[in-house]
Amino acid sequence: MTSTATAPPPPDIRSDAPDTGPSARTPTRLAFGQRRTKWDMKLSPYLYISPFFILFIVTGLFPIGYTAVISFMDWDLVRGTGEFIGFDQYVYVLTQPKFWIALRNTFSIFLLSSVPQLLLAIFIAAMLDQNIRAKTFWRMGVLLPYVMAPVAVALIFSNMFGDKYGLVNTLLADLGIPAVPWHSDAFASHIAIATMVNFRWTGYNTLILLAAMQAIPRDYYEAAAIDGANKFRQFLAITVPSLRPTLIFVIITSTIGGLQIFDEPRMYDQYGTGGADSQWLTITLYLYDIGWGQWNFGRAAALAWILFLIILAIGVINLLVTRRLVRDEGSVRR
Amino acid sequence: MKLSRRTTAIAAIASAASIALITAGCSPAADAGSGGDGEIELTVATFNDFGYTDELLQEYMDANPGVTVVQNKAATSNDARANYFQKLGKTGLADVEAIEVDWLPEVMQYSDLLAEVPSDVTDRWLDWKVDAATDADGRLIGYGTDIGPEGVCYRSDLFAAAGLPTDRTEVAALLEGDWAKYFEVGAQYTAATGKAWFDSAGSTYQGMINQVEAAYEDPDSGDIIAADNSEVEDIYNQVLDASATQSAHLGQWSDDWFAGVGNGAYATMLCPGWMLGVISGNAEGVTTWDVADVFPNGGGNWGGSYLTVPANGKHVDEAQKLADWLTAPEQQIKAFVAAGTFPSQTEAYSDTALTEFTNDYFNGAPVGEIFTNRAKAVDVAPFKGEFYFQVNDAMQKALTRVEDGTQDKQASWDQWVQEVGAIG
Repeated sequence: MTSTATAPPPPDIRSDAPDTGPSARTPTRLAFGQRRTKWDMKLSPYLYISPFFILFIVTGLFPIGYTAVISFMDWDLVRGTGEFIGFDQYVYVLTQPKFWIALRNTFSIFLLSSVPQLLLAIFIAAMLDQNIRAKTFWRMGVLLPYVMAPVAVALIFSNMFGDKYGLVNTLLADLGIPAVPWHSDAFASHIAIATMVNFRWTGYNTLILLAAMQAIPRDYYEAAAIDGANKFRQFLAITVPSLRPTLIFVIITSTIGGLQIFDEPRMYDQYGTGGADSQWLTITLYLYDIGWGQWNFGRAAALAWILFLIILAIGVINLLVTRRLVRDEGSVRR
Repeated sequence: MKLSRRTTAIAAIASAASIALITAGCSPAADAGSGGDGEIELTVATFNDFGYTDELLQEYMDANPGVTVVQNKAATSNDARANYFQKLGKTGLADVEAIEVDWLPEVMQYSDLLAEVPSDVTDRWLDWKVDAATDADGRLIGYGTDIGPEGVCYRSDLFAAAGLPTDRTEVAALLEGDWAKYFEVGAQYTAATGKAWFDSAGSTYQGMINQVEAAYEDPDSGDIIAADNSEVEDIYNQVLDASATQSAHLGQWSDDWFAGVGNGAYATMLCPGWMLGVISGNAEGVTTWDVADVFPNGGGNWGGSYLTVPANGKHVDEAQKLADWLTAPEQQIKAFVAAGTFPSQTEAYSDTALTEFTNDYFNGAPVGEIFTNRAKAVDVAPFKGEFYFQVNDAMQKALTRVEDGTQDKQASWDQWVQEVGAIG
């Protein structure tokens, strides 16, 4: 910040100052006001946003740091004491076959839910973007599943995916298709859980994509129509490229959500521990079981940090991909 | 760096506001405790249904002027467990906290944080009930409430279809014997009908393992011995051999299992006293569920609870008085009538209110008398240490893997041995 001495006095004061005595004093007094104003200008924005950051430090940063401390300990939750044991907890977690199975399951469920979900959301959004009757009704309709509590959705779907007396298998039997072992085959269980996720999130993504579609200037479509492009060609050549930035946002949010998937697999069977052979054990479910099932918070903290690092790594990959895509998008628009 | 007075003030307000927000989130929700002139409020935290009705608590309040009793019910035992360990040794627990035997071994690690039950009431309960809640220093920390003596529940219509006796005394005579006998009758049944004899290997295993004195851990050292214990392996093999033909493969508490209770998917299941309510609640139209006064290989207990008094509570003496009163035989019988929680107090077994109690849903079965006999037949108090829950949980998964066809018997056993090795 500039010092008071070098700050030029305001022009109006300098011009109508006949006497040097008061004018010598006046600038100092005004300069203090100026300095205050400058401080004010510089600091106020930070102060206005400070409550969020103070809250974040206390409820976000501090727990993250404290989790790191606990992850190096054999921690006793009840007595609030621990014994420092170095990287033992990390070594334990990384050498557990269950951890790698959980990692596999998490990514499998993530892919099985995100990919069909996005394709479906783009399709529904494109349909809703057309001139259809009762627009608001349909738009509200797609969001309805999102309003339902995830646990309620999971309860209903778990019942439908019962191995013996579930609705889905009964329907399959009526069609002459053999029953699917939803709770013993890993891939089948992933599909069932992905279905719950898709049911809840497709509508949400549809609305975001719909908003993006409506922001595309209609002139493009008119020009394309005059050039003789059919609807499908218009969709591929205009709609999809224009959706890119929105798609990136949707992909990033669903990645974060997908890696933290918990409610659905937790409610999928009566025990909530990921199945007899860890068929649908996800990372967060494993973390919960270690922490709140076995009360081993040192180990759970180590796993939490590993998950944090995984998400961080994927975030970085996302960032790099995003940058490339955004540059690409610029070249498309020319 | 110097801040102007205004910005300092803003900063102060901003940080004060955020701190206020934070502390508001942390402060205890309810200000439980004392009012003026000797008035005290005691809180009792239970789960599911302990049978402590408002009338019962009112009775205590009438007898003890100046004391108000408030009951907080958690929905499930798991919720209560999470709450218990997050607050034990700190603040926020109720004056009297209920715990379940499933997590009693975990509680016993912190027995020093709980008030000791006065020695003049300890002979009120069954010996094994007291032993399980007594720590290495000989301190009893739990007031026993109920136990889960096991009988055998069966579907009389399915028995009739297989040409087996249907009367409950004849069924008891038929099943009298060890587990081999139970599976032998099961083989007869499945041969005659082609249907399942019991619900799942897991729930049957539970009944069998609860008769083993030291199944998973060495009572002296606390070391895990599960993988080397031949008794465990024998039971594992025995139940899975039977399960191949006789089990309905319905994992207990799954949606399919609840459907099976009502649709006759299996003919028998092991039945602690509290299971009667589960059956009648999930098979409402069915009139043929019955219960026999028999259990393979002697007696067996599954479940049950205690009341504990955290030692750092505000009103420890008053809370102990209340826990003492609630677990007296007279009150426990009332709780049994209200919710079917079978007493762990020996004196209750000679009380006609208990012995003459019948259950209409089970065709008027004298359940009071049956479960009194079942309780007296329990002669083993299985040792359950710190890791019992985890080892048993892994075992249940091993049994499920075989039942749902994911793995064969040997592969599943090997995986269990590997998992047990990683516990601790």
